[in-house]
Amino acid sequence: MRLLLGSIYTFVVAAGIGLGSTWFALTHGAGFGTLRVGAWTAQPKAGTTDIDPYSRAVIARSGALPVSLGDGVAFRAARDDQGEPLDGRCEVTISGTTPPARYFTLTLYDPDGRLVANSLNRHGFTSEELYRNQDGSFQIAVAPRARAGNWLPTGGVDRYVLVLRFYDTSVGVATRAEREAPMPSIKRTGACR
Amino acid sequence: MTRWLLWTLAGIILGGIVHLATILLLPRTASQDAYERLTPITPVNVMTPIPGPTPAKALLPFMDPAFAMAVCRYDLGHGPMKLTAPVSQAYTSVTFYTKLGVAYYGINDRAAGRRTIELYLMTTAQHDAMPEDEDVTAADRLIIESPGTTGLIVLRALSPEPSLMPMAQAAVAAARCLQSQ
Repeated sequence: MRLLLGSIYTFVVAAGIGLGSTWFALTHGAGFGTLRVGAWTAQPKAGTTDIDPYSRAVIARSGALPVSLGDGVAFRAARDDQGEPLDGRCEVTISGTTPPARYFTLTLYDPDGRLVANSLNRHGFTSEELYRNQDGSFQIAVAPRARAGNWLPTGGVDRYVLVLRFYDTSVGVATRAEREAPMPSIKRTGACR
Repeated sequence: MTRWLLWTLAGIILGGIVHLATILLLPRTASQDAYERLTPITPVNVMTPIPGPTPAKALLPFMDPAFAMAVCRYDLGHGPMKLTAPVSQAYTSVTFYTKLGVAYYGINDRAAGRRTIELYLMTTAQHDAMPEDEDVTAADRLIIESPGTTGLIVLRALSPEPSLMPMAQAAVAAARCLQSQ
């Protein structure tokens, strides 16, 4: 009886820890070889055959196809520079410069990777579409309501993620520091609706 | 008391094994991975344009809406494949994925050179079986070895502005993947 109770207890503990940690790793992302620059994270190895088992499980579960390293690198941000989650009811400004690349695209998704409906049907910018300052830097207002200049509508969703993809770029597995990959800042600049 | 501590310890160790096993087995059991999602709309060995993502409908999550995309769901069971793709005005890339979604090779128009991208895809066995002299003439053609017999070739063409999307779509629609023998 004691053995039975003990075994049941052991299995419950094992299932709880095992499945719980798997769920946590898949939803929160386990960072092997993660490149962090400011609020942005990228996993250049996820686009190669050196992809770690966690990223492998994440892509299999989500159905996404990772950007291959021969194509480019994708940076993702779910929080701003202060660590606050990105909230579509607030105004956030993305400003600065980007690492060298032939093209880049910025896209706004809901946390599941779907585009967010908005009146303008705009879901992002390519590097060619941005209005820039004279020195080549830029500001993008990510806000629920229209703004002058580069406005990326949020559609007023609770949570969103930004993905900044660089195509034909020198950023890769060997990139370590911000100096090599200067990423734009993400700062809350306006009140929340 | 010690007995329960031991049971707990056993549970934690077993939990670790469960964790590793589920992470490693998940890709093989996932029923909603990219290959499965693409299967209903992509015939085998035919380059098929994929509709771009919209808020209401997207075939795959996290698709880049600035790109036109076409997919060739390949099966090398009957021999090697040849991919030809015209280079679009802005930026074109080709990525090869295994059936489980691992990107094993990617190349862009600048690296592939020329006005059209021409790539040969074959398994290691098919590559080894190529006649010696053919391998010499093959020096200037780009041969890619697929880790398995099935997988995905994904062609992407950038539309730098929304108004250029029809041109990007025309470029990927003109791509072909064909049995090369």
